[in-house]
Amino acid sequence: MKLSTPSRIALRTIALLYLTVLLAVPIVTILWRTFEPGLATFWASIRTPAAISAFNLSLLIVAITVPINVVFGVVTALALVRGRFPGRRLLSGIVDLPFAVSPIVVGVSLIMLWGVHGWFGGLANLGIQVIFGLPGMVIATIFVTLPFVVREVEPVLHEIGTEQEQAAATLGASRWQTFARITLPAIRWGLTYGIVLTVARALGEFGAVIMVSAGFPGVSQTLTLLVHSRYMDDHNVHGAYSAATLLMFLAIVTLLLMTVLDRKRPAAQSAALPATIAPAPTPDPAEDTPRSAA
Amino acid sequence: MISVTNANKRYGTFQALDDVSLEIPAGTLTALLGPSGSGKSTLLRAIAGLEDLDSGSVVIAGQDVTHVPPQRRGIGFVFQHYAAFKHMTVRDNVAFGLTIRKRPKAEISKRVDELLEVVGLAGFQHRYPAQLSGGQRQRMALARALAVDPQVLLLDEPFGALDAKVRDDLRRWLRRLHDEVHVTTVLVTHDQEEALDVADRIAVLNAGRIEQVGSPDELYEQPANPFVMSFLGSVSRLNGEVARPHDLRIERDQQRAAAEAQRTGVHVTEAVVERLVRLGFEVRVELSHTTHAGEQFFAQLTRAQAAELQLAIGDHVYVLPTRTLPTEEEFPALAV
Repeated sequence: MKLSTPSRIALRTIALLYLTVLLAVPIVTILWRTFEPGLATFWASIRTPAAISAFNLSLLIVAITVPINVVFGVVTALALVRGRFPGRRLLSGIVDLPFAVSPIVVGVSLIMLWGVHGWFGGLANLGIQVIFGLPGMVIATIFVTLPFVVREVEPVLHEIGTEQEQAAATLGASRWQTFARITLPAIRWGLTYGIVLTVARALGEFGAVIMVSAGFPGVSQTLTLLVHSRYMDDHNVHGAYSAATLLMFLAIVTLLLMTVLDRKRPAAQSAALPATIAPAPTPDPAEDTPRSAA
Repeated sequence: MISVTNANKRYGTFQALDDVSLEIPAGTLTALLGPSGSGKSTLLRAIAGLEDLDSGSVVIAGQDVTHVPPQRRGIGFVFQHYAAFKHMTVRDNVAFGLTIRKRPKAEISKRVDELLEVVGLAGFQHRYPAQLSGGQRQRMALARALAVDPQVLLLDEPFGALDAKVRDDLRRWLRRLHDEVHVTTVLVTHDQEEALDVADRIAVLNAGRIEQVGSPDELYEQPANPFVMSFLGSVSRLNGEVARPHDLRIERDQQRAAAEAQRTGVHVTEAVVERLVRLGFEVRVELSHTTHAGEQFFAQLTRAQAAELQLAIGDHVYVLPTRTLPTEEEFPALAV
């Protein structure tokens, strides 16, 4: 279907307006409010002990979540793609659960499980505080970010099949060597993508984390919680904007990273990347005639 | 030498291997030939250890390897779709087995150079598989399999994914390579021409069983049963005889045909020329019986023979075989 010029322009205008009102205006407002009082004020408000602690806590949660999700995500993806066991479909459904369940429900259920009166509440009496402590926030974050690595790695595993791994086995590679040398390099782009999405989601998680955090400034506040508490409790509007900007900055770094990787991905999978190593003329059909087997 | 004894393999209700026993002499190039689903690939993968047998045993060079994983069977395996390691250069692909074995760098380098020379990929060592043609990828896969000095080389429809021309060339190249390297080789194929062309010995499989094992000539000339007979090449059914299409003689003169038939003790079949097809050097004459109306068969003549006979569509001719195969009733019942 070919659109006439006026309707094309009209459609573009609508799309642009939509994006402007919903995305650009709020973000620009936040940036404007953040930097309106000057850079020094902004700097000061993100250098308070509470802000530094929130920044560190957010990164700490990411640093714990990512490796755990990578290991279990890859193992789960392998089980889903390669495994032949009863309940495989059920497992596949469970992996998607965090997409369907509201994070706040996750928070509530974690309290029911790990809280003082919960099933595993006995741990609190042993001095291990899960709820209102770091472990609770990490568990909540892992829950909401669980599907990303699995869902990014799964299709790649499907695509590469098992022949390369079988070939490696016939050449003498042990299971671990095959995984490290064949499977892992083959899934690395899917895995990288999954990690980037996990980082972005872990940084931005609010609903589940607020339920299980004690919320003490400087102790158990993540950046999202800091934004919330500064705005709602302290009525420190500028402080909230500054923290939000900081959070946005982290998210943008993650997104940029993803874009750069995304641009690299097709290149690495086609012949273009290796071409920089050895100038490669297109394979000549005549080369198919085997040379003498001397 | 490889011996497989009483091998059974079942996938659900499908019997892939049904009490298969096979001996493959050392140094030979043996083809496992059969239609799809005949169990030929399963048998090859069982020899490689990529498939576990339900029962039965596999012995390679005197060692019972039935419960030995593929890593320690001393095999080289080549897959139909190359199974190239896509993220590695040609050189790293070929070196893989030696790198895993932690051989000294200099030794690996020397061996890889040698092999790349043998398979004609010396100038391609820094390419990635994506930059190679199908034929080149398969030669790389062969070099990779040969790098570890396997006791046996197992090829699973290695040329199945290639163009006809490339397939022909590679087939001949493989034969030459085998004559030089002498590694015991087993090749799976569904292409009887490939098997006849390249193998010293052929084992014909059908429905999980071995129908016949022998040299290409034996199988072609003395098939043990109707399946082997028709799988190894076309057959033409005449009045009372079965023959290969190129073993048919066409006469225009009834007297001469009768005299010739008398002399060799065969029947004469009257037929009508339905169609003439030129296939390069050969001419395929499609005929229909005049006695059993509608039943068709064909004869293959050389161009010279066809020219001499001056055949035209609708001509009445007399056909007699110069060499016959057993008819269905003549096969011993137990062979089927």
